[in-house]
Amino acid sequence: MSETLTRGQQLEAFLERVPIVQTLGMRCDIKGDDMTAVLPFQKKLIGNFTIKALHGGAIGTFLEMTAMAQLFLVSDVERPARTINITVDYLRQGRAEDLYGRARVIKLGRRMASVTAEAWQSERDKPVAALHGHFLLNRSGETSS
Amino acid sequence: MDESISSLEKRIALMREHMDGMTEVVPWARETGFKVTRVERGQVWGVQPFAEHLVGDVDAQVIHGGAITTLLDNLSGMACAAALEEFRFVATLDLRIDYMRPADSGRDIIGEAECYHVTKSVAFCRAWAYHESRDKVIATAQGAFAINKPRPKASLGVPE
Repeated sequence: MSETLTRGQQLEAFLERVPIVQTLGMRCDIKGDDMTAVLPFQKKLIGNFTIKALHGGAIGTFLEMTAMAQLFLVSDVERPARTINITVDYLRQGRAEDLYGRARVIKLGRRMASVTAEAWQSERDKPVAALHGHFLLNRSGETSS
Repeated sequence: MDESISSLEKRIALMREHMDGMTEVVPWARETGFKVTRVERGQVWGVQPFAEHLVGDVDAQVIHGGAITTLLDNLSGMACAAALEEFRFVATLDLRIDYMRPADSGRDIIGEAECYHVTKSVAFCRAWAYHESRDKVIATAQGAFAINKPRPKASLGVPE
């Protein structure tokens, strides 16, 4: 498939197949190697009803997926990378609104990559959460576990 | 008898009584389907049953790391509630997760969180995810939680 589809098309096809992406309701706006992930607000994403805040786990899942998607977009691996570790800073309360995410691959090595990602809502300069993570690239011919 | 200690003991007893309710009031926890299974002072255990809608690796049919983030974040927050002498809401400041090995497909994941230090404004937690025991972990987590100033008691229904 890598011969006929662009990297962005491959990513979209992959995301459509991943149940957790569908469960979150997340989608990605891809333009070449540039991508903004979107998490439309849904009631099920709430973690605290009293203050109507998004669940940290939902935000973390979204950011991890955003980082993996961006990494897939700029690398040439056939399978998505595996997470080695992530650190998520929760900077502001995620309100009951859409959440956006962008990631940047800081270093793309042969076996590992370092990626950062940020999530925001109405104001880009007021991030809700930031992620930094290391990922293991799935080179073809190497086993997945 | 010190009243603040009895307040914590009462809260722990209440948490034990309402283990199902603790996740039922959290929509995203209801969506992932994890349950609280045990509460001790400063420690909370839970289980994330295998669920197809949480799969992140389609080929291996393994649950996405995000479900482990959700489980360990939430259990850590609850561990804070089981550790603070006076009830306060806590908010995750940061959470680091290290993935040691992939989870097995089709198996439940057990989560365990411990609030091991509390200051006036921050609670520190560590947490583990595994199938059988901490000797063979799937992931470990470390988090700091901001302790909020008192606010009107609400959703958890904690009597003072």
